[in-house]
Amino acid sequence: MAFDSFSEFLAMGGHAPYVWSAWGVTALLLLATVWHARAEQRQLIKGLKRRARRANSARGNAQ
Amino acid sequence: MWAFIHKLGSPKWFYGISAKLQPWFWAAAALLIVTGSLWGLAFAPADYQQGNSFRIIYVHVPAAFLAQSIFIAMAVSGLVFMVWKIKVADMAAAVMAPLGAAMTFVALFSGAVWGVPTWGTWWMWDARLTSMLILLFLYLGVIALRGAFTSRDSASRAASVLAMVGVINIPIIKYSVDWWYTLHQPASFTLTSRPAMPTEMWLPLVIMVLGFYCFFIALTLMRTRSEILRREANKRWVQELVTGQVVKVPAEEAR
Amino acid sequence: MPLREHNGGLMTAVKATLVRDLTLLLRRRGEVLNPLVFFALVITLFPIAISPDPELLAVIAPGLLWVAALLAALLSLDSLFRSDYDDGSLEQLLLAPQPLVALSLAKVAVHWLLTGLPLALMAPILGIMLALPAGSYAVLALSLALGTASLSLIGAIGAALTVGLARGGVLLSLLVLPLYIPVLIFGAGAVQAAIFGEGVSAHLAILGALLAASLMLAPWAIAASLRISING
Repeated sequence: MAFDSFSEFLAMGGHAPYVWSAWGVTALLLLATVWHARAEQRQLIKGLKRRARRANSARGNAQ
Repeated sequence: MWAFIHKLGSPKWFYGISAKLQPWFWAAAALLIVTGSLWGLAFAPADYQQGNSFRIIYVHVPAAFLAQSIFIAMAVSGLVFMVWKIKVADMAAAVMAPLGAAMTFVALFSGAVWGVPTWGTWWMWDARLTSMLILLFLYLGVIALRGAFTSRDSASRAASVLAMVGVINIPIIKYSVDWWYTLHQPASFTLTSRPAMPTEMWLPLVIMVLGFYCFFIALTLMRTRSEILRREANKRWVQELVTGQVVKVPAEEAR
Repeated sequence: MPLREHNGGLMTAVKATLVRDLTLLLRRRGEVLNPLVFFALVITLFPIAISPDPELLAVIAPGLLWVAALLAALLSLDSLFRSDYDDGSLEQLLLAPQPLVALSLAKVAVHWLLTGLPLALMAPILGIMLALPAGSYAVLALSLALGTASLSLIGAIGAALTVGLARGGVLLSLLVLPLYIPVLIFGAGAVQAAIFGEGVSAHLAILGALLAASLMLAPWAIAASLRISING
């Protein structure tokens, strides 16, 4: 352990704003890409399902 | 070998195999990044010169590695697409570009922030940062070119050609920028070049780099799957995949 | 088809392309003069924006001249394939039995002859206006002549990729400018080295190497890009 206490860990020896902003932006971007990829996938599958339903019901009406 | 390549090229096959591979890469990425972060942030010793600001290395270097590797991966995918007409390769290249640009941005941002305690300024025309900035423009060019075409096939081929031209130029740009920098700033302090790092400093770095690579593979697999669904929406196997989950179930419930 | 006739056909086709493009461009003198006027204008802006002090100008002159020449070369790229694309003769070029690589190289050669070379010859005059130190004028012209040839070749890839797009202008600069950086570094570096009285042969050799590399690789990319733009 490089730090004696949790508050020292947060202070990063006076470099807190730099260390935490660099790490924060990185973490945020990684999480945002994952969230975006998930949302994209869900939306696509939802759209495809809706389309399939509509095609199905159209076929049903035709019969 | 040929059979394998063409099998790999089939979107349906890729969709199936990537579903099996994906969880492993996500798990590895999460494990490695969490371990590396804890180790790098809390357990690795502070640098004797830079103190704790040195801990930015654990996000800066993996992001920079990934930024360069993704461009190469994109160009290789472009080559595969152009030579063997394998559509999955182009789909992968298409989803790689934004992640590559994001990683380049992370490397630039963390480098700039790191510059404040180290150089006393937000921006320095350091060789590494300058080539990263140029790489960002290259990524933006590929993304913009792909977006500019109305025909998908033209967009794919144009982006592939540009990625290949870019990847040939990246080493040339890198060497000329390095040369330019040493000419103008002979003896100055580069962020990440240092005498041999002790093990407890570089081991978390290696873990972070591996974690970022796993993250890249996992995300590319996931987004390529989405891209397959988007482009193959009219194919029967996609419709079967979707209806097989939805339409049958309510029909059974009704019975 | 016998091989001999084919080879003869290639040389004839290349020569015909050269002559045709030269004639066409010489008829539209405005298009040839525009980059030169642009070059002179940009160079005029800097003393006005910064300071007319000759000592200050002399320091920044090599970089200024190179950047302005590079932008002028960039400006001329959009018209490289544009009119041929619009009137359909580019399609004819693609259908020709001769390899497109050679024919597009001929087109780029004409482009350099009528933009790069004049820019290089004009630069020393603008250098005088920027109080460029003596002894670097020949190097300036030579580095520009070598460098703009690479710029034309690399830029033609971007021009070929964007020729089919309605608004390709801004995109073209986004694609091409990052690839211009090595040429800019060694070109401006050569002039700077000449001013400091250092050897310039290394810089010029690297500019030559860049030109050789782009001569070998760029025509293939240009031909592939033209095919994409036309057939796409």
